[in-house]
Amino acid sequence: MSAARRITRRALLKGGMVLGAGLVVGFELPRRVGRAGAQGTKVFAPNQWLRIDVDGLVTIVNSVPEMGQGTSTAMAMIVADELDADLARVRVEQAPADPARYANPVTGAQSYGGSRGIRDHLEMWRKAGAAAREMLKQAAAQEWGEPLESVETELGAVVHTPTGRRLPYGQLAEKAQQLPVPQNPTLKTPEQFRYIGKDVERLDIPAKVSGQAVFGLDVQVPGMLVATIQKCPVLGGTVRSFDASLAKAVRGVRDVVQVSSGVAVVADTFWAARKGRQALRVTWNEGPLAQLTSAQISREYAALARQPGQIARSEGDVAKTLAAAGRTLEAVYQVPYLHHATMEPMNCTAHVTVDACTVWAPTQNPGGSQAIAATLTGLPVGQVSVHTMLLGGGFGRRGEVDFVIDAVETSKAVGAPVKVVWTREDDMQHGFYRPATYNVLRAALDERGLPSAWFHRIVGPGIVVQKGSAPPGTIDRTAVEGARNMPYDIPNLQVEWVNKDSGVPVGFWRSVGASQNAYVVEGFVDELAAAAGRDPVEYRQALLGKSPRLAGVLELAARQAAWGTPLPRGRARGVAVAASYESYAAEVAEVSVAPDGAVRVHRVVCAIDCGFAIDPDQVRAQMEGAVVYGLTAALHGRITIERGRVVQSNFGDYPMLRIGEMPLVEVHILESGEKPGGIGQPGVPPLAPAVCNAIFALTGKRIRELPIARTALRA
Amino acid sequence: MIALTVNGQPRTLDADPDMPLLWALRELLQLTGTKYGCGVALCGACTVHLDGAPVRACIVPVSAAAGRRVTTIEGLAPASDHPVQQAWVAAQVPQCGYCQPGQIMSAAALLARRPRPTDTDIDEAMGGNICRCGTYQRIRKAIHLAAAIQRGEKPGGTR
Repeated sequence: MSAARRITRRALLKGGMVLGAGLVVGFELPRRVGRAGAQGTKVFAPNQWLRIDVDGLVTIVNSVPEMGQGTSTAMAMIVADELDADLARVRVEQAPADPARYANPVTGAQSYGGSRGIRDHLEMWRKAGAAAREMLKQAAAQEWGEPLESVETELGAVVHTPTGRRLPYGQLAEKAQQLPVPQNPTLKTPEQFRYIGKDVERLDIPAKVSGQAVFGLDVQVPGMLVATIQKCPVLGGTVRSFDASLAKAVRGVRDVVQVSSGVAVVADTFWAARKGRQALRVTWNEGPLAQLTSAQISREYAALARQPGQIARSEGDVAKTLAAAGRTLEAVYQVPYLHHATMEPMNCTAHVTVDACTVWAPTQNPGGSQAIAATLTGLPVGQVSVHTMLLGGGFGRRGEVDFVIDAVETSKAVGAPVKVVWTREDDMQHGFYRPATYNVLRAALDERGLPSAWFHRIVGPGIVVQKGSAPPGTIDRTAVEGARNMPYDIPNLQVEWVNKDSGVPVGFWRSVGASQNAYVVEGFVDELAAAAGRDPVEYRQALLGKSPRLAGVLELAARQAAWGTPLPRGRARGVAVAASYESYAAEVAEVSVAPDGAVRVHRVVCAIDCGFAIDPDQVRAQMEGAVVYGLTAALHGRITIERGRVVQSNFGDYPMLRIGEMPLVEVHILESGEKPGGIGQPGVPPLAPAVCNAIFALTGKRIRELPIARTALRA
Repeated sequence: MIALTVNGQPRTLDADPDMPLLWALRELLQLTGTKYGCGVALCGACTVHLDGAPVRACIVPVSAAAGRRVTTIEGLAPASDHPVQQAWVAAQVPQCGYCQPGQIMSAAALLARRPRPTDTDIDEAMGGNICRCGTYQRIRKAIHLAAAIQRGEKPGGTR
């Protein structure tokens, strides 16, 4: 293993993740004392991303919540590398909610999704480290009375090159703090990187294997009570009335209060709260969704699919080409609602007092959490502190603030710090689901079998429109992503979206619109290849002339999977590609089908071009995880609605992939040297179509609806 | 009052007898390494050892642990250096990490029983532990590595 990895491991035994308030002055601003003064003048704090104390301890402040994607390590690697600091002596601190200092520079929000951790912050973090390094060099040169050109840095110290004199960073902290902050420091060149681009051990792992890591659910605050909330079983329903007399008689129950999402039973322990909740009697206003069923939603989708939608992309003349074509194909693809199912159920702790509100939340959205807490309490934003705890999974679910609202309202109502704990059933039945959609596909084939026209009409809700973040009538980018930008070069092309919102809350689910649209596009293009009698890889290559990076990963995945070579009897391969979040992925799945129709995926070969890979081992880890996330959905995932209620409630009726179903996953990184793209999500979209295309290759049966129905595949 | 031994320490709890061991550990003893995931023994996040055998603490009433030995992730090894924990670091298993204490407790129980587990043994012993981040491939690799460390065939502590 690399030296970098060994070094980091030692570090971890001492330090690991710590939480605490950050500090300091804006990077883009001239150095000023501000809150750094509170730390004393003996700390070198050139910007909000790092500080060095007189003992040489380097603290790096990470703004991106750690939900398993590894950004807390990657971020520290980047800053430490440019600072030329020893990662073994770095402490990583989680930033407070403070959008003025910590907002994502691209989105402007202190909210994290879209696989944006590295790609949006890389340049800023590099500059933060490099600026500090330049200041330390300057401080040492002044100290010695030597020219700046004669000093260099060497892992935590400045060295006078001609004489070998050395000053550790800690001893330069006070002097460096007096210097102006350079705005355009010189960055390292790639061959100078010590950590970036290497397999570095994650800084958070030792605490995660010792049991010491503190997730949101593990927060302990003096005087804290624990609450569980009875929510209306019907989506969108509200409390009509409740009788808490029996609940309040349960030992340990302190109070029962109404909050906007239901009735909170507040107790000394979760167990007491849960027993109290069982004794609670609530009557509900079930609201407008009380009769909604999945069957009705499907019927409405099918009817709307016969009407034109808003045109998201139009090139050439699809209608005319289809009408004139000798050969056309048509298919309908459907996908269900899906739940995120983070391993840690939703939870949040809050303490609301007259003049302050403190929130401890496992959140992807510190800025939004702070803003909603300010609104609910009537306090200025500056009096609301948000501590971002470790997230036991995010996948988009924890960008929502519903669980923060629960905690702030409950704490405010009872006047004490309160941790609100959702049960697994609460979590599954009160989610923000990946939209169910219905898709109509049509294509015309020319004499070579290549598509001369492509038509795709999507019926389903738009996440951004439902949330009110885009006006009705606009085309929701999340509804059409992966479809509007489908990568194939086809002269006549039309993509439409019919906005049909059935009222079921929808949300951003790992890879969002690409999660369903890549399945649809890659399934149908595979149908075209089969109709043309052409090899699925060769057919795609013929159409990827305008997407060389996808063509590159397709070639790599096919080669590594030995595409075209014989497999054992009863097995077949399928392929799919997808570009999402500025990265490019191809996957080849190898499957078999048992006589009872059960699908077994034996091996998945992934090729990923995510530009420059900051930590290749974390790229591999994210791709491995994405295969599992995608496969869980393809084989098992379906949320159904009956009488306005989510039917599924726990892992018994919403099963997860388990270790015995785990395929062998191989990840090959295509080093394109391009700007880094996202890595948390891009491995998900190609998985379901690769598996379904393999099933077709094996059985001749097209899977046009997810999850894959075992009954359709019985021998 | 319920008396039991937790991580080698005698403890006496003033607990509702039907309170699950999970919540007694987490809320009465502040041992939060054992996680709540499902409450009905479907996910394994709460796995602990009861007299050395793996159990789902979310469905074991604390009264059923009276007079018995409970080991949690915090007490698996004094310096958190059980071969399984060493292997988990070496193979860089965790992502979010939430399920990992349960995974590690299941794996440690497997290795106590089978020093040289096969992939089938692993599938059986670990089938009750869900990982939503999808670290199963690394878990399998780490268990084989832990077995080798435990047998003294591979050095622990480093890669």
